[in-house]
Amino acid sequence: MAKTILSVDDSSSMRQMVKMTLCDAGFSVIEAVDGKDGLEKAKANPVNLVLTDLNMPNMDGLALIKELRKLPTFAGIPIVFLTTESDDSKKAEAKGNGATAWIVKPFRPEQLLTVVKRVLG
Amino acid sequence: MSAAELANTFREESADLLVKLEDALLGLESATDDKDLVDTAFRALHTIKGSGSMFGFEAVAGFTHHLENAFDKVRKGEISLNSELIGLALGAIDHIKALIENPEVASSTTGDTILAKVSAITGQSAAAPAVFKTAAASVRPNEDATWRVRFQLAENSLYMGTNPLGLLLGLQELGICTVVPQTDKIPVLEAIAPTTLYMGWDVVLTTPRPRSAIEDVFMFVMDDAQISIEPVVAKEHRLGEILIKRGDAPPEAVNTAMEHIQRLGTVLVKDGVVSEGQVQAALAEQQHVRAEANKAQALAQTQASSIRVPAERLDSLMDQVGELVIAQAHLKQLVAEMDDSPIKSVSEEIERLSNCLRDTTMSIRTVPIGTLFSRFKRLVRDISQELGKDVNLVTTGEETELDKTVIERLNDPLVHIVRNSMDHGIETPDNRAKAGKDRQGHLHLSAIHSGAQVFIRVRDDGKGLDRDRIRAKALENGLIGEEDKLTDQDLYQLIFAPGFSTAKEVTSLSGRGVGMDVVKRTIESLRGSVEVNSFPGHGTEITLHLPLTLAIIDGILVRVSVGYYVIPLSAVEEFVDLTADEDKPNSGRSFLNIRGELVPFIRLREIFNTQDPAELHQKVVIVSETGRRLGLVVDQVLGEHQTVIKSMSPLHANVQTFSGATILGDGSVALILDVAEVAQMGHVPEIDREAS
Repeated sequence: MAKTILSVDDSSSMRQMVKMTLCDAGFSVIEAVDGKDGLEKAKANPVNLVLTDLNMPNMDGLALIKELRKLPTFAGIPIVFLTTESDDSKKAEAKGNGATAWIVKPFRPEQLLTVVKRVLG
Repeated sequence: MSAAELANTFREESADLLVKLEDALLGLESATDDKDLVDTAFRALHTIKGSGSMFGFEAVAGFTHHLENAFDKVRKGEISLNSELIGLALGAIDHIKALIENPEVASSTTGDTILAKVSAITGQSAAAPAVFKTAAASVRPNEDATWRVRFQLAENSLYMGTNPLGLLLGLQELGICTVVPQTDKIPVLEAIAPTTLYMGWDVVLTTPRPRSAIEDVFMFVMDDAQISIEPVVAKEHRLGEILIKRGDAPPEAVNTAMEHIQRLGTVLVKDGVVSEGQVQAALAEQQHVRAEANKAQALAQTQASSIRVPAERLDSLMDQVGELVIAQAHLKQLVAEMDDSPIKSVSEEIERLSNCLRDTTMSIRTVPIGTLFSRFKRLVRDISQELGKDVNLVTTGEETELDKTVIERLNDPLVHIVRNSMDHGIETPDNRAKAGKDRQGHLHLSAIHSGAQVFIRVRDDGKGLDRDRIRAKALENGLIGEEDKLTDQDLYQLIFAPGFSTAKEVTSLSGRGVGMDVVKRTIESLRGSVEVNSFPGHGTEITLHLPLTLAIIDGILVRVSVGYYVIPLSAVEEFVDLTADEDKPNSGRSFLNIRGELVPFIRLREIFNTQDPAELHQKVVIVSETGRRLGLVVDQVLGEHQTVIKSMSPLHANVQTFSGATILGDGSVALILDVAEVAQMGHVPEIDREAS
């Protein structure tokens, strides 16, 4: 069965690019426009991986990661975050809060796929 | 969706964001300390920069970066927001719009002026940020190096979604891996927490890639895992080996001494210095390094020790081995009548040796089919371009060996099949997309061994054969009648009829109706057969069944009246008795009911015009020819017989019922039946084989 990926990003062009890349590779994608929306959709749907931006209105990526890791259903579900600056403190903070991996923007579709496949094993 | 569409989405998105940014800036003019508005402004700039760099708007990203920086500093309280910065930002909005809509026309001086003023406020230089870090992948292949990679992930890493399998697969992509898991820390079943990771891994990896490529695999777990990556230096010789080499000690003495020595690993485990798992990992590393070294050595040796021999010499060797096999069969028959055990044992020894000699000789003539397959990569690429289709060729089983003569003669039939698949089978990218398929078509060329045969299969994921069109065309050509009921298999076989083509239009590649009949004839001349399977909408699969060699076959020796005949074993399915009840000579069309299926049979006596009365208990040999079953009535089945094929004399070249002859142990001649030809004689198209 196709694995489901939740893509959380406030930028519609980013969501579109992520969806296009992942759907072409055979994944099914659920989209959310910010952290709050992402959390609701993560609770409502079984997902295999979460891909989230950090900087978002309503609830940012860090808060989303923290909330997701509190959910018992999220034990073992990889969370990958997108970050614009290759800022080590941001990375460490997100990792410390339960993120599994990250992708530095800008990235090419292949880079996204490599990370997603690596993380899903 | 294309890059252009993505760019359009970005344009629309940026327009929205710029409006939000403008509103926020205007709001900030009256309330410079409104944190929410600062955040909104920052986020708008952040998104424009991030997405811009992704979708080819580098100039936008580069310019916006500095403004984003400024607002980040405002957000963090490092600089205060004043009307000058707000004014600059409002000016920047117009410039960003211009950069997005018309990058060529947008004046770079406007941008530079704004940036210079912004950097005066933030105190940062206006250097453009790094856009798209291109990984400097070294194309130059490096020498293989062996690495010892040990990693122990954090206990909670499974909970955090890290998949160790992903890491191992990542390593495997780099080169050849030997993996030894460390399982010492796994507790008893009741104590296991499912999301806790108890294991560690030792991996020995031989790769041409640099160390950084290995580190990249562990990029996401580097911080909280124990990882060591060390180069493995090629093993030095052991003391015993050096002593033997120097001639100081005879090998036997060293070996005897070695027997008394306990294995080091066993000793260390017993002393509690290391764990069993650690010893296993070390041994695995030793073996991995040894295997790599042996491989390099073997490669060097094969390169040095192959010789070229004229093909005629091989042919005459094959002939002589054939004669030897016949002479040996004769000897065996004679010895069987004697009661002399020493001679019997010599005869058995000769039988064993001649069998070995035969196998070796046959293997000299065989070559891997990969040489043939590799030609198709270019062909598929060229045809793809010609037809405007996108087809990906995958080949498997390249190592399968087949007689060189067979491989040479396979080229043309395979080219025909591949062309047909690409032309008629695989759809154009647009039609594929409409049918909900991958735009790229897939063609799979494979070879596998199956007993004394090799199956070569061409499979495409195109639209499959159109049964209705084949039927209509066959009716038009008079190949079948209106009332004929045909199974799918029978219908598919019609595509091999001469002049048969269902293509609506003739292309330069196929559709002229020549080709498929040639394919079938060529394969049959190689004593093979063609099987067709098709799944409407999902593709077509054409399988060539070929004998391993042309020189020797396994057969069943049968007797009809006074003549001996050989039926190729590959065609034989089973033997049944012909009961007196079923043996009623009638109109010539006879059927047997075998487990609910009606199988037609023919009497070889009738075909061979033998006059003497038939045996009381006749046997039926059930043969199968491209999925069709047929019974051949014979007087006696004598058993399996390994047959060296002798071709028929030119005088008998147009006899089609026999594909050759062989000499039996007692010197008499047996003819080899061509099952396909005999089946043709016995084939009655209008039969309905479903027994009711």
